[in-house]
Amino acid sequence: MKRETSGSIRFDHNHDGIDRRGFLKCMAWAGAGALCVVEGGVLKSFALNNPAAKRAKGQLSFVQISDSHMGFNKPANPDVVSTLKAAADKINALPVAPEFMLHTGDISHLSKAEEFDNVDQILKAARPKQVFFVPGEHDVLEDDGKPYRERYGKNALGDGWYSFDKNGVHFIGLVNVMNLKAGGLGTLGTEQLKWLEKDVKHLSHSTPIIVFAHIPLWAVYPDWGWGTSDSAQALSYLKKFGSVTVLNGHIHQTMQKVEGNVTFHTACSTAFPQPKPGTAASPGPMKVSAEQLRSLLGITEVSLAHGRHALAVTDSTLE
Amino acid sequence: MNRQGWKLEVSALALTLALTLAVSAATAPRERAPVSSEVKIDNFTFEPQTLTVKAGTTVTWTNRDDIPHTVVSTDLVFKSKPLDTDESFTFTPTKPGTYGYFCSLHPKMTGKIIVQ
Repeated sequence: MKRETSGSIRFDHNHDGIDRRGFLKCMAWAGAGALCVVEGGVLKSFALNNPAAKRAKGQLSFVQISDSHMGFNKPANPDVVSTLKAAADKINALPVAPEFMLHTGDISHLSKAEEFDNVDQILKAARPKQVFFVPGEHDVLEDDGKPYRERYGKNALGDGWYSFDKNGVHFIGLVNVMNLKAGGLGTLGTEQLKWLEKDVKHLSHSTPIIVFAHIPLWAVYPDWGWGTSDSAQALSYLKKFGSVTVLNGHIHQTMQKVEGNVTFHTACSTAFPQPKPGTAASPGPMKVSAEQLRSLLGITEVSLAHGRHALAVTDSTLE
Repeated sequence: MNRQGWKLEVSALALTLALTLAVSAATAPRERAPVSSEVKIDNFTFEPQTLTVKAGTTVTWTNRDDIPHTVVSTDLVFKSKPLDTDESFTFTPTKPGTYGYFCSLHPKMTGKIIVQ
């Protein structure tokens, strides 16, 4: 299965310009710009130059950014300030102005106050003024994450989890980077799981759910710690919903997976790329040329298509 | 202090020294020389993964990765601050036993210090 060079679609079974088997290739399309739409829990995808893409213009649009790693200064990106600025520019250039931003963690590299300050300052230049954060493991290195929570988690519970509603969509920010155990993966923990079960109990089945957390909530590559040990428990509480979208960061590359009613999506970093699972000795920063760098960094735009409970997830690079 | 007293003290010191040397010569030598007390962190791995040292040996972890790591004992006997590239952490175990540890940022990274 591959995308034709002209941008046309090969697996258009319903003759509607939608490639129902193409979603797994979204990752490969990221450089060109691809659009993935969830309708009734089924993810569909098509190239951005397809006229059908217009349908994704909707009543709610927001942007996900991730892994800005402010303070990182090594190859392949000695200047994470300018790539985060480029991400803000990219957000400002989007045809549909996003209402807010989600940052899925690793805001800073070493949890330093000046690193957080820097990110906050740069993001002020982006049009959406509201930013919802969840921490990455790099953000909670000091004092068990207290400085993070004091800055970003004032209205959050526990280690920094919370939920909110926007335009009929229920958003849930989870923390899976605390109290990690030797040899283990990301962890949500009993207290947070209990809260989650209660949080979604009262919601109707037709409410679109968006969960965001730093470490992927599915087993991307456990050998590198790219997964969350108790994510199955969390997802079991979301089974009743028709449309669940999970947005993660941590792995510095885009990846998609659909499992029943749940669509998983990871975003690019704005700082440096990481290798594809298992293709390098370790998940350390991938050293690429300066020319190549921005094609491997990016932002993710998500919109709720008007009147059709459809979420469109669009990745674009910083080039 | 008179001259005599000074002389006496010096010989006492010499005697202590000689005794100490004799004792260590009798007990120390033939055992295996302590293995390296350095642990390198490279490619998200502690190397060597298992290090055997004698009680009182100072163990030094040095991060050679581009990404920060920590060194945290499973029983919280020791815990480093985040180590950025080329930063080090030392711990001197005094009690024999096995000390498991890991990186709290990347918990897949684990290691062990066996103290004899």
